[in-house]
Amino acid sequence: MADVTDQAARPPAEPLSHRLASIRAARPDVGADTIEEIVRAVLTTMTGDLTAKETSLLTEVEELGRTIANAKSEIAALNVDEITGSHIPFATDELDAIVAHTASATNAILESCEMLDTAAELVTDAAAAKLQDATTRIYEACSFQDITGQRITKVVTTLKSIESKVAQIVATFGGRNPDLPLVMSAPQMAEDELLNGPQLPAHAMDQSDIDKLLASFD
Amino acid sequence: MAIDKSMNILIVDDYKTMLRIIRNLLKQIEFNNVEEASDGSDALIKLRAGNFGLVISDWNMAPMTGLQLLQEVRADTRLKATPFIMITAESKTENVVAAKQAGVSNYIVKPFNAETLRDKIEKVLGHG
Repeated sequence: MADVTDQAARPPAEPLSHRLASIRAARPDVGADTIEEIVRAVLTTMTGDLTAKETSLLTEVEELGRTIANAKSEIAALNVDEITGSHIPFATDELDAIVAHTASATNAILESCEMLDTAAELVTDAAAAKLQDATTRIYEACSFQDITGQRITKVVTTLKSIESKVAQIVATFGGRNPDLPLVMSAPQMAEDELLNGPQLPAHAMDQSDIDKLLASFD
Repeated sequence: MAIDKSMNILIVDDYKTMLRIIRNLLKQIEFNNVEEASDGSDALIKLRAGNFGLVISDWNMAPMTGLQLLQEVRADTRLKATPFIMITAESKTENVVAAKQAGVSNYIVKPFNAETLRDKIEKVLGHG
């Protein structure tokens, strides 16, 4: 009964789902189908009387097979093609439409402001100053269109990244849809890392922070 | 000595709306000779063909970014002394440091106001 003693002294087994994840992380080139094939091959060779160790191994291998089969059926149930083929393109189209509409509205506002600036030349100096002050505030506020446009572009990029990652998971576990792009992990150029667009207010430096930083170079 | 408000200013941005906003704000502070470029390479062609006293440029543009434009300007014998203000939504420390190392004259973070624009222009033209 040496096998039983060995088993009792062993640390608790890592859950199979964790082991599977580790294997996938270490060997992303090995697909789920390959693992499943190996599991089946091992099972078919295990005949006759089994030792305690072999029984334990058999149990784990069976569980591994079930984990893979469950993962495959869960992914199939997600209707991934609908997410990548319909939901994400719809969301990105909607976001593009928001950018187009806000650009159009902003240009209409700017056109009206320019008319007010022209009209300011026809009124008294005091009235002209008031008009100019108002149009200046409007011009400043209209820069929202640039900022929101950049933020929406970041969201669209994120959605496209999710789309690629989902496609990659499907390719590994559930059979790849050949129409979907795989994630490309090409190294980024140095300046690309500097192009992040607007930061969220909690993480952004304001103009006074930037002025202090610039002054530190002098 | 007063600032020469008749100087030519080149504004560079790939958002037409932003060019329009900056042009109007410059007009309100009496800079009326303003030309526009839609990206760094377009700007470089205009800078080499013209005579500009100030460049106000966005950073995030394609195919040539504002940072690459700045580097080209500073490497060009005739253009290298041209004051260059970066106006951008990129507000991380590494961006400001990279721009400063490339020779930027001043840096404005979007969204900005007319007062900031006026203040930075006066500073880079030596009156701040």
